[in-house]
Order: sequence, then structure tokens, then C-alpha cells
Amino acid sequence: MTARPHEAAHLRAMPATKPTPRRAPFPFSAIVGQEDMKLALILTAVDPAIGGVLVFGDRGTGKSTAVRALAALLPEIDAVEGCPVNSARPDQCPDWAGITSQTIIRKPTPVVDLPLGVSEDRVTGALDIERAIARGEKAFEPGLLARANRGYLYIDEVNLLEDHIVDLLLDVAQSGENVVERDGLSIRHAARFVLVGSGNPEEGDLRPQLLDRFGLSVDVTSPRDIETRVEVIRRRDAYDTDPDTFLATWTPEDAALRDRIMAARAALPGITTPGTALHDCAALCIALGSDGLRGELTLLRTARALAATEGAPSVARSHLKRVAALALGHRLRRDPLDEAGSGARVARVLAETLP
Amino acid sequence: MEPETLRLLLSVLTIDPAAIGGLWLRARAGPDRQRLLEVLPLLPLPLPVQRLASNVTDEALFGGLDSAATLRAGRPVLRQGLLDRAAVLVLPMAERCAPDLAARLAQALDGRRHAIVALDEAADDGEGLPEKLADRLGLFLDLDATRLPERLPLLDAAKMQAARALLPTVRVPHDAVADVVRACADLMILSTRAPILTLAAARALAALAGRVVVERADLAAAAGLVLAHRAAPLADPPDSDDPPPPPDSPPPDSGPADADRPDTSAELPKGDILVDAVRAALPDEILRDLAEARAQRQARGASGSGAARVGNRRGRPLPPRRGLPKSGARIDLIATLRAAAPWQGVRRAANPDRAAQALLVEASDLHLKRAKIMSDRVLVFAVDASGSAAVARLAEAKGAVEQLLARAYSRRDHVALLTFRGQAAELLLPPTRSLVMTKARLRGVPGGGATPLAGGLRLALDTALRARARGMTPTIALLTDGRGNVALDGTADRAQSDLDTAQMARAIRATGCTALVIDTAQRQQPRLADLARNMGARYLALPRVGGGQLAAALSASLDPVPVR
Repeated sequence: MTARPHEAAHLRAMPATKPTPRRAPFPFSAIVGQEDMKLALILTAVDPAIGGVLVFGDRGTGKSTAVRALAALLPEIDAVEGCPVNSARPDQCPDWAGITSQTIIRKPTPVVDLPLGVSEDRVTGALDIERAIARGEKAFEPGLLARANRGYLYIDEVNLLEDHIVDLLLDVAQSGENVVERDGLSIRHAARFVLVGSGNPEEGDLRPQLLDRFGLSVDVTSPRDIETRVEVIRRRDAYDTDPDTFLATWTPEDAALRDRIMAARAALPGITTPGTALHDCAALCIALGSDGLRGELTLLRTARALAATEGAPSVARSHLKRVAALALGHRLRRDPLDEAGSGARVARVLAETLP
Repeated sequence: MEPETLRLLLSVLTIDPAAIGGLWLRARAGPDRQRLLEVLPLLPLPLPVQRLASNVTDEALFGGLDSAATLRAGRPVLRQGLLDRAAVLVLPMAERCAPDLAARLAQALDGRRHAIVALDEAADDGEGLPEKLADRLGLFLDLDATRLPERLPLLDAAKMQAARALLPTVRVPHDAVADVVRACADLMILSTRAPILTLAAARALAALAGRVVVERADLAAAAGLVLAHRAAPLADPPDSDDPPPPPDSPPPDSGPADADRPDTSAELPKGDILVDAVRAALPDEILRDLAEARAQRQARGASGSGAARVGNRRGRPLPPRRGLPKSGARIDLIATLRAAAPWQGVRRAANPDRAAQALLVEASDLHLKRAKIMSDRVLVFAVDASGSAAVARLAEAKGAVEQLLARAYSRRDHVALLTFRGQAAELLLPPTRSLVMTKARLRGVPGGGATPLAGGLRLALDTALRARARGMTPTIALLTDGRGNVALDGTADRAQSDLDTAQMARAIRATGCTALVIDTAQRQQPRLADLARNMGARYLALPRVGGGQLAAALSASLDPVPVR
């Protein structure tokens, strides 16, 4: 065995050197199949108010690949230079940040990874250790929630997340504000983000309250037909062996998709919702017995985003039918004896209610 | 094992460890494993070899504040995390790897800078490498089934370097991808990672041979290395009352393993050299073992969200407590600073040489964070599946299991289900919280036959004790309507069965497990009330219960989970 490096070799002074950068993510447009997952992610990008996506499915189906690829599709945001919570206007910057700059810069929509095993301090922010120890000052060091403001918060293996972190996220997602009242600090800042989660349901279920926070949910499975699988592996192989050429091929596609999302965003306010669509929405939700009004609102919002994406002037029944399973599948009362799963239930009721 | 196979395996690992993900080494501690591990750091790997502790903490993995050095230096000193540096990580006792650690390592592997050599010492009861990791590690070696060659192959550093240099230019022909995917489909391998890893291995093998185009031979060899252990066993495992014949010949080293199974090999597409190569690489017995362990493990690994330590998870914060940091403890900085504050003047006067420091902190100031930890409860259902009433009773038990699980999240209940009938008891569902898994496993449970009550109790006790060893609080719920008539040794002896049953009941009482005897007979059975007394259990007479009623009765009669 080689001699183990001496303990002191691991010690180094601040600031921390950045870990080697990850390679560019797999392009979103190059993902084969998984149409529901891609549609759900695109629709939340068109209208962030839909409220996030939960992707549940088998191992190796490209769940995290798709979410990490999403970042490249998101339009840039305007934010005050140096603001830790990406405030849009100087007067929105929190006092504790001490931002004096009036400059507005454009930056990419933040997509923040919430890793497993993250400490509460890193999520909410905590006392700045350096200033506490070196200068004896009490200062706030913003956490992941601050960075995710006005962007996306992605949790891989969301069903393995520790309970106290889940509690915290639920609270913040509800209020849109992160309040840190611990350790003798009293800090608050805006924390509005789109929650995106992925996981494998065989490893444990998700708490219903957290489930409800996700606007849309998608079940992904491995593609079963050989041709699709061959194409999946081919593209992955090309990406792994020659990423530069692969990215050069697909980046224009991603750019075109981004333009479509931008166009849909612009068209969204003009989308009209006829009374029949409202009626359809209500009928569907009543027939499914989904809890509360949140499902109905999300369904309508998602259908509008779909109409905008397709360039339609108003919400049609076809839009509602396309997104019903995405918006309602995870909001049904769980029937432990139902073998088929909620997707089949939505499809059945859909066929009965909206022929 | 053929020296050549081992040489290829080690070469693939050495040429590009990060692309192949690593090696799943299934072996008990022994001289063979020791020899291999001694060779590992000597391989001309492009990455350093770094051993992980099996209970490695997040702080060690991801880095963090080094409290001792920080206090000594008077300024924050960060410790680099193990994952910050690309390395081949050696994970000992991988069969005990907790789901949350597996998830962290899997995320690290997805960054494609690391590789993992997982030392899996799986003994029995479905222990094994977590699926999440098994899926991502390309290579597999089972030292329990094969012996290492006398002399381990030495890899030539210059040759490996040359292959590594050639690797970026190696191309996979278009139809080769389709061949690999088709082979995976034939072998019932669903994960899309398997074909990707096979191509990575084939590319490394081609580079090793100095070629820039992957050939069929490379693909076949790569499939043998990467796909063999992922394949489904050829035939279904035989029924429990028909034990498999003991393997009487050593596993064949070459040639199709299914040569003597004309009935099953007919299902395979003829002449597919990839599938043949895979089938030749591992004997079917090993595949069957792997498949069984995988099935058990999937249920067991489903211990739910946030299982931070063995069976326990972090809870609500409690006031901090004075103490020195040890593994797993976190320092409460504010409490520590608060404790240090009043003494500053005194210490400054006592230590003029440390006057330059803003804050004088001593070890006695350190406070640790504390949290209230709830113990998970596991309900072990032992269900009598004998006789004619079996079908109805099983349906009730299944209904109750699913109803309890459906609201298990907030109550932290895990559920296990075992049945006893005929000769012996069988664990149908190891402790789990996953509804998806439960539904899949509860389909088509058989019933009928004699009543091995004592055997059922023994398995229930085993399951309960195993759960307790993992930090959970077990409760046994026995559903039966009558008297056992099969003794522990499997003979149909009513008197012996009664003695054994009484003995098992006392054993259960001695462990202090909470237990519940549910009498499902039409008329109450005094015998079962006696048994309950013997077990120190509650007795409930519930003739003709439905699943919902049963779940409600259970919830009502169980105490709240104790708080530790």
C-alpha cells in the first residue's frame, strides 16, 4: 500500500479553491423520448408560476440528465450586481447584504443543486464563520435558498432528503421568504424558486405535503423498444467520447428551443381562457376527486402555458387533455389497492369526462 | 479464473477508471482479496487510490471546517473533502453501505471524475451492494466463486499509458451499439447504464490492442466483463419444496454455460456472440444468488427517507450540550462562542502571547449540536396461511399492510410480512416503507397446507431482532386461527409443535418485543389467549376482519413510538 498522505496535507487556508468544473451538461434537445418529462420542464420554464416538476422513475432513465440540461434553456434574468439573492431592483436588496451598487446586470437563471446531506445552515444561511472567528463579528452568510431566489432549486433523490430539511423547504416554499431566527440572528430575504425533484420511488415515498408543492409530476420508465434504446446509447456515447462535436451539433437545437420558450413567455399574457375550458377543468377535478383547488389552478395554468408554446390563441380541450396527468396525477388520494397507478386513473376519468 | 480475463478486467479499470465507474468486488475477507487489494495501488492508474471509511461522514466526503485546526490557528481552516479530489475510492463493507451514503457516492460517480472499488462482503440475508452503486460500477469480480490465478498479471505502465493516449480516438462502429443494446434486451438488462459501460469497456480493450475501431471481439470481451452479473438468470429459481441440485462441477471457464440446458437455451437467439460471451462469463448459480439478493435488498434498502445512521434519523434540535467533537457530532458555534465570551479578559491576561487573537477559545468551551432522534417502528406481520381460510386471511393481512404503509410516512412505520404454511415459514416482505415495492411483492402469495406455528414465530423473532439490530423498534403481530401442527424441525408432530411454540413464545417475551396475537377464528380460541400470555403479548379476537379494520385495531392497540 502506498503511504497515506499526512493529515496536514488536507488542511488548507481559506478561501477554498474551486473543485474542477464539471463538463457541460448533456444538451436538452438531444434527450431521446421521455416526452412527458421534457414537456413538463419546458412548461415550467414558460410559466414558472406552475410550480416545479417532480420526476419519479427507474434508475438510468435520464432523470437528472434532463434537469441539469434545463439550465441551458432558461432565459437570462436581470439582477442587481453582487446581490446575493438576485434582486431585480436595488430597493429589493436585503439590508444585511449591504449592496450599494445600482448596476443591473444580466445573468443566467440560477439552477441550484441541493445535495443530499446538506446541513440546515447551508440551506438557510448562517453566521459567517470567518467573520465570527477572526473578527468576532456577527454577520450573515447567505445559503442555497438565497442563491436559488428567482431561479430553480433541484433536489436529486428528493425522497432521501432528511426530514428537517424537507420541513424547512415546505415552510419557505409556502411563504416565499426565508427567515433565519437562530443563533442570535434575525435575517429575512425573498426565496421564491421553482422546485424540481427527482427520485426512485422504490427507495421510499414522498411526504404528501411535499408532493403537493410540485406543480407537475412525471413518471419515467426505461424505453422498451430497441430502436429508441439504441438511439439513447448512441447519443450518450457520442457525448461521452467527443463532447465538443456533440455539443456543437446540439447547441443550436437548444438555442431554438430557448427561443420558443421566450416566444411562449411573451405570448402567455395574451392567451384567453374560454368558459368551456374552465368548465372542463372543474369537471375533471371533481370527477377525479383531487383535493383542494390547487390542482385545478395548476391544470389551467399548465394548459395555458401549453397553448402559448404551441402558438394557439386560447386554451382548448386538447391542451387540457395533454397536461391533465402531469398536473393531477400526484394530487389524487392514494388508493393502496389500486394496482395500475394514478396515471391510468387520470386517463380513464379523462376519457369519461372529456370525450 | 483465467489469468487473461483478470488481466483484461484490471486493464479496463486502469486505462480509464472514471469512464468504467469502478469494480464491484464480491469477496469475503481472505488471502485472495488481500492479494488483489495489495495489487490495486500498484496498478498504473491515472488516479490516486483512496480508502473510505465505511461510516464516512458528510464532512469527510464534502469537506468542511476543521474545528481543531481552526481553534489552534485562530482563523478558519477548511478540510478538503474526499470527493474534492478525483480518485479511485475503495469502499469497504459496501454491503452495509447506507442508502444515503450510496446516493452521495452515486452522485459523485455521475460527475465522472471518480471510480469506486466496492468491497462487498455479503454474507446472507440479502446483503449486498446498493443497487444505485451496482448499476454504476462497470466491472464485477466474485472471488467467492472463482479463485485468483497463482500469479496476478502485472500491467505494463507504458502500455497502459499508450492505450490511454489512444482512447479518445477509438470509434465504435454504428451497428455495434445496436448489438450491445439488443444483447442487453435479450439478457433482460433494463438499465441504460449497462450498454454505456459495455461500450466504455470495449473501447478500452480496443485501445489496449492498439486499434482505433472497436471490433466484435472487444465487444464480446467487454460484455463478459460488464454485463455478465447484470443478466437475469436463465431459468426461474426452483420452488422452495424442490431444492436445486448442488453444483457438482466447477463453473466452466469457457464455452456456453447453458450447453447442458437445451430446454432453456432454445429461448435465446442463436449465434449471438455477445449473449454467449455473457453467459459463459458467469455460472448461472451466481446469477441466481445475485438476483435473489437483489430482490431482498431492494425491499430492505427501502428504509425510507433520511435514514442518517443505522435505522435512525435526525430530528428536532435540542439545546446544545458541552462536549468534545467526535465522529458524527457537530459543533454548535454560537453556544461555543457564548461559552467562551465571559472568559476573554481572564484568558487574555493569562496568555499574553495570544493577545493578537480576536478570541481565545478553549476546548472546554466547545458545545455540540443535539437532536431528538425518533426510532423507527417496524411491524412484523406473521400470518397463518394454512388451510382453507388462508386466502381470505391473507387478503386481509395484505390489505392491512398496504393501508398501514399508505400512511406510514408521518408515523415512521416500516412493515414486514411473513407467512407460515406447509413445512415452513417464509419472509415475503422484508421491512420496508415503499408502497411500490410492497404491491409488487404481495401479488400472488400462495396459501394452504399444514400450520408450522412455531416456525412462523421463530422467523418473526428473527426478523424482529434483525430490525432491532438496525436501530428500529420491532412489533410482532401474529394472525392465526388455531393450533400449530408442525414442529420446528418440520415434522408433523402436534405435541412437539406445542412444546416448540411455547418455547418460541417465551423467547419472544424474553427479548421484550411488543407483540400482538390476533385471533381470526370464528369462535375465540382459549389456546391463543394462553399463547399471548406466554409471549407477553396483547390478545385481540377479530373474527372476519377486513384490512381497514385490522389496520385501525393495530394502530389503536400499539403504543406511540418511544422517544430515545
